Amino acid sequence: MEILPILSTLRRHKITAFLVIIEIALTCAIVCNAVFIINQRLDRMNMPSGVDEHRLVHIGLADIGVTKDQKARTAEDIAALRQIPGVAEVASLNQVPFGNSSSNGGIKLDPKQNLSTLNATMYSGENLVRGLGLQLVAGRELQPDDYMDSDVVMRAVHERDTKSIPHVIMITENMAQRLWPGQQALGKQIYLSDIPLTVVGVVKELVRPSIWDDSAKSYSMILPMREAQGEYMIRTKTPQDRDRVLAAALTKLKEINPHRVVLKKHTFDDMRHDFFQNDRAMAGLLVGVCVALLVVTALGIVGLGSFWVAQRRRQIGVRRALGATRSNILRYFQTENFLLATIGIALGMVLAYGINLLLMVHYELPRLPAIYFPVGALLLWVIGQLAVLGPAMRAAAVPPVVATRSV
Amino acid sequence: MFSYYLDLALRSLRRNRVLTALMVLAIALGIGASMTTLTVLHVLSGDPLPGSSGTLFYPQIDPRDMDGYEPDKEPPRQVTWTDGQNLMRAKRGDRQALMTGGAVPVQPAQSSVEPFYSDARYTTSDFFPMFKVPFLYGHGWSASDDESKARVVVITRTLNDKLFGGKDSTGQTLRMKDLAFQVIGVLDTWRPNPHFYDVYMGNYAAAEDVFVPLSTSRDAHFDHNGSTDCWGTGGGDQEHAETSPCVWLQFWVQLDSAAKVAAYKEFLVHYSQDQKSLGRFERPPNVRLPDLMAWLDINKVVPGDVRLQTWLAFGFLLVCLVNTVGLMLAKFLRRAGELGVRRALGASKREVFAQLLVESGVIGLAGAIGGLLLAFLGLWLVRLQPSSYASLAHLDLKMLLITFVLAIGSTLLAGLLPAWRACQITPALQLKSQ
Repeated sequence: MEILPILSTLRRHKITAFLVIIEIALTCAIVCNAVFIINQRLDRMNMPSGVDEHRLVHIGLADIGVTKDQKARTAEDIAALRQIPGVAEVASLNQVPFGNSSSNGGIKLDPKQNLSTLNATMYSGENLVRGLGLQLVAGRELQPDDYMDSDVVMRAVHERDTKSIPHVIMITENMAQRLWPGQQALGKQIYLSDIPLTVVGVVKELVRPSIWDDSAKSYSMILPMREAQGEYMIRTKTPQDRDRVLAAALTKLKEINPHRVVLKKHTFDDMRHDFFQNDRAMAGLLVGVCVALLVVTALGIVGLGSFWVAQRRRQIGVRRALGATRSNILRYFQTENFLLATIGIALGMVLAYGINLLLMVHYELPRLPAIYFPVGALLLWVIGQLAVLGPAMRAAAVPPVVATRSV
Repeated sequence: MFSYYLDLALRSLRRNRVLTALMVLAIALGIGASMTTLTVLHVLSGDPLPGSSGTLFYPQIDPRDMDGYEPDKEPPRQVTWTDGQNLMRAKRGDRQALMTGGAVPVQPAQSSVEPFYSDARYTTSDFFPMFKVPFLYGHGWSASDDESKARVVVITRTLNDKLFGGKDSTGQTLRMKDLAFQVIGVLDTWRPNPHFYDVYMGNYAAAEDVFVPLSTSRDAHFDHNGSTDCWGTGGGDQEHAETSPCVWLQFWVQLDSAAKVAAYKEFLVHYSQDQKSLGRFERPPNVRLPDLMAWLDINKVVPGDVRLQTWLAFGFLLVCLVNTVGLMLAKFLRRAGELGVRRALGASKREVFAQLLVESGVIGLAGAIGGLLLAFLGLWLVRLQPSSYASLAHLDLKMLLITFVLAIGSTLLAGLLPAWRACQITPALQLKSQ
């Protein structure tokens, strides 16, 4: 409608128009990428663990002095923990999901392979599947006669005595898919260093204790070894039992052997919360910056808009005197802002894509999904229109009589 | 002239309060965000041992078998027990220290304090002089203590306050894992940032509370924490740590001249060749000798998130400055009449330009003060975060100066274009329209 006269007016205010465009473009580019990173972090924070999260309690203990018969003591601990009302299952294990400290190993499909096929974390311990509430998707759980004591296994590995080394293993579905795409994993062999292990069971999901590469986050395996390291995972009957069970378990464990220190005691929900604290902080910070950016941009548009209106009071008065209605004037400023915003958004999209390319190289971020472009454009159009509304209304309020005044 | 311009500037700023407030706010927000993130980056990428970091080196050798061999790949980032002992015995550096991290149960003498676990460093005698560790009481141990597996311990001031009420505890006994150790030294406050000598114990962790000779720690079966990387038949269990093909120790060497650095590198190559001919090493010699700062770089100790935040904050500052340019332009051009009169009365373009730049400078100064307050707020928020480095985020004098330079400098830069545009006003034209 009035686009041509608007363009010719803008041509006479090149610098100011250019500044609005640049500001919108920069804001658009930064906000698109920031929101993308926020979403990445939120996705990461919602990463599935595979365990029965709301019913788990973790206790980590360490002995003060040198203790003998650790195995017998662990058996005693487990038996006592099972007696606590509200306890469904107890697992004694070497490491816990989201626990940060982990034990990992390279996996080969052929013992003569020079490089490992992948690196996976090694869970071991009794009653792990039930204790953690893992979902079995194929094969079987580890049976009592699969198990060996972990110190015996360590010694056997050192002395190259193959008899006392486990020969079966459970892995996650994800790891099975990576090793044998599209095939059944049950009965297949993997090699840990040069030790052959047969896959007897596959669990749906089990996240690593520490994750340095998100694509390998569920490369986990479960070895049939009994652990006596003082790490217990207790699965309660209902989520409401957790706090009470945790308190009762601590008292009980301290009663059985007072000569030890509690290093860790928390619910699994707290462990997840702690594990992702940096991601949460980063997401929060980015949200803050995005809001601040949009506010600053909106205020800039308000400021420049007001200036423009003040500068063009006479011109507006003349147009009003020549028969333009208030809504014509209002529409004029809205259209003007829409044009500037559109150019800014177009530039911003190119810039957003460029920034994303840089982030892909330096921060291993994936490509910005296309959906961000229309959504970002819509957001900036709306903000631009809202910001210009005040100055535009003031312009529309200019009475035609202004035209007759000499300033 | 300057004071006259300053007066004009203040008057003009007062005349148009909303626009002025908007500009100051935009600059303050941009500067506040930039300085917060820049301070965190500055704290995290600092030199942990200014003055001596250039003489400290971290030798890397490759003791692995041919499994997974690729030429010129980085050697392991730690050493095996055997290599650590060999390098210690060779004594080719001005000083050298072999170490690893762990945790020990501390059993206080007072029954009122429950036993607890403390982070510990198992190291050799040169650790203290090499890293210029300050002592409050006593001293470190000697090489003969290392030899004899002496039951001696050095503790930090924090632990001394907790266990001995801050008194000189040298000569006292400290029980750990049911064994008696004699306290021979108490460290004064010492927190090197980053925790450079062992990045596996947390990049920005505080120094460990307990220091005992490495030989003693093995004798007492103290627990090892940190990273253990094995190959071949290595199981990584603590029982066989001395003989397993695993790297789990950090080795540092002090070399006081460039000639010694070159000679040490040479020595490492010879050592690797000797070990290969002995059949211990299988790979061709592959040695590196990064100095302290290079070592921090290799380990990428500054979190990627912190760098990303800094970029983001500067992007934000840029938007704020573009905004300020626009608002300043609006403000200056609105005063076209006034400036026209001044020009007509004989003020040169240069003088008008200078006057307007003084005005931008004043805005910049106000923005700097606002930005500084926001940076203090931002850093306080950072310190509330759970990250290990959070407590380190404080503004120092250098950063304070940078805040003002950055704020005023960038605002002056932003003022250039509007001031130049305002100077172009033709005096006659303005007078006519009045």
